[in-house]
Amino acid sequence: MSLAIDVHGLVKRYGTRTVVDGFSLALEQGRICGFLGPNGSGKTTTLRMICGLLTPDSGGGTCLGHDLVRDREAIKRLTGYMTQRFGLYEDLTIRENLEFVGRVYGLDRLGERVDQSLERLGLTTRQGQLAGSLSGGWKQRLALAACVLHGPRLLLLDEPTAGVDPKARRAFWDEIHAYAADGITVLVSTHYMDEAERCHEIAYIAYGELMARGTAEDIIRQSGLSALVASGTGADRLASKLRYTPGVTAAAAFGTTLHVCGPDRAALERAVAPWRGDPAIVWRDAEPTLEDIFIHLMGRARDNAPGA
Amino acid sequence: MNRWFAIRRGFLQRLGAIIVKEVLQLRRDRLTFAMMFVMPIVQLLLFGYAIDTDPHRLPTAVIAADQSQITRTVLSALSNTGYMRFTHHPTSEDQANALLQQGEVQFVVTIPSDFTRRLVRGERAQILIDADATDPMAAANPLAAAGPSIAQALKRDFVGPLAGLRDRPDAVEVVVQRRYNPEGKARLNIVPGLLAVILTMTMVMMTALAVTRERERGTMENLLAMPVRPIEVMIGKIVPYIAIGTVQVAVILIVARVLFDVAIQGSVPLLATGTALFITVNLAIGFTISTLTQNQLQAMQASFFMMLPSILLSGFMFPFRGMPLWAQWIGETLPATHFMRVVRGVMLKGAGLDDVAAELAALLAMLLIVSLVAVSRYKVTLD
Repeated sequence: MSLAIDVHGLVKRYGTRTVVDGFSLALEQGRICGFLGPNGSGKTTTLRMICGLLTPDSGGGTCLGHDLVRDREAIKRLTGYMTQRFGLYEDLTIRENLEFVGRVYGLDRLGERVDQSLERLGLTTRQGQLAGSLSGGWKQRLALAACVLHGPRLLLLDEPTAGVDPKARRAFWDEIHAYAADGITVLVSTHYMDEAERCHEIAYIAYGELMARGTAEDIIRQSGLSALVASGTGADRLASKLRYTPGVTAAAAFGTTLHVCGPDRAALERAVAPWRGDPAIVWRDAEPTLEDIFIHLMGRARDNAPGA
Repeated sequence: MNRWFAIRRGFLQRLGAIIVKEVLQLRRDRLTFAMMFVMPIVQLLLFGYAIDTDPHRLPTAVIAADQSQITRTVLSALSNTGYMRFTHHPTSEDQANALLQQGEVQFVVTIPSDFTRRLVRGERAQILIDADATDPMAAANPLAAAGPSIAQALKRDFVGPLAGLRDRPDAVEVVVQRRYNPEGKARLNIVPGLLAVILTMTMVMMTALAVTRERERGTMENLLAMPVRPIEVMIGKIVPYIAIGTVQVAVILIVARVLFDVAIQGSVPLLATGTALFITVNLAIGFTISTLTQNQLQAMQASFFMMLPSILLSGFMFPFRGMPLWAQWIGETLPATHFMRVVRGVMLKGAGLDDVAAELAALLAMLLIVSLVAVSRYKVTLD
């Protein structure tokens, strides 16, 4: 199987600040890859380098078989990039926006394609409405429709569901899976763990470096983290006490239960020992969650980051 | 009472909060901040020194068909008024007319071959001054000063047998022909000039906002991610405004004809060519401004910075030749200056292609330079 994205050693600096530092990624065609990482970790910059909006300071590679720097125009024709901020024209109608995008790509049978796209979106009856009047969820779905209009082979989506309600998010992800089924490769950045779990695979970036890569199960298995769940009266209140105890990576309350994890089983046991004997609290072993792992990775990356 | 004070303190506190926030934001926008202080100073110095409503040393052509002590006195009297500077000595009337038509000279002074002979005989001797009166302001004072100063100067020459002429103030008659605008109507000069000013105003500003608007609204990133070339974006953004500019021109010309009785003396296609060129230059300048500025406010200010000299230094409001040389050089770099000459030339003087070719060439050169800057400044990436 050939690679849709094959980049290595991408570096981007702004002044003295290195935003992306030696980023490499290989992504097979037809896969949905979740791109995760804390705010300011370089996700947007990386996506922009892959779609040709930014020139990497060093490193390179190919995108759909085209050179990242030299064949920028070819890459632009074959990819759809959805910006974090709504990038269509709020003072144009839904239909006018789609028609504009179609004309820029020089599509034939424009009217027909726009009709189909509107139908797929379920916006046929509202096509004359101004894009600016749409709700957040609809705007994102319209933006997605606009960036697949020209039949791209690769979709780069930058936090497409930020601030969108659960129902609209679900609809959005159903569409992403439908496109992937058609053979389109998708690289989508997100902060939502449930969305990460809907991806075929995950790439986790922190401070400009790729920290983890693989399927959700792979990442959980390889993390080497242990986790415990405590339930019972007062269990959730232990979170603030345990959070900064050595051996604990993360301690968080979920409703009335407590979730703690750490890289070393023995150290984790030592940390919770004072409360092990409390008859009101029941402890049991648990699987670490993706969130646990990302918080763990973030902490590790910060330790490695110079001057951080 | 206490309550009243409490309400007032609340008002002042909130008012203070807003004022502090505004000042902080203003300070962040460095370019706007700089422009607010630099612009008034530059304009004050520029316009304060540059503008003179009573221009002196205007270029003048002389046809002296008669050369004598008396004609020399007459010419030096004209020159001594300070208003005229003899720059050209054409050998024929046709040549002189061409100079006037092209705007090379403001006046043509003609001394007929029988001037001295008629004067000596006591017949009425005439000097002819043809003035380019398209700008009545520039022509008025020099023409008014000509007669008295000649009479004054000749008194010294009227000795011996000519002494009798001393008491005849009408010994030399100055015949003035106000060309192109015989009635000296200001509107004849202003209306065509307005064409240049209105086009500068709307065209530059509209395109200046075009790209910054995309940047401010966040649509730029989306546009750049699509396969459009800079030149396509530039021309695409300019073309609709060319159409708008054309309509504006048509409206101005019709109103000029119907309400102000300003007709087009010269060729309409020539005027149309010049106008199309001028509109395009302005749009290219606007586009360049929008690639250089960060937001719409800055783009607006930069457009104004462009517009004021186009009104004050282009010869629209004040006589171009009344400005010191350095200001004239600045004026020469403005498209409005050259277009003003084309419009006034074609509309009022019936100038032909030969007469305005240099001005059109200047506009074309400006278009090329500005377009190059614009295209090189517009980036395909977000780097």
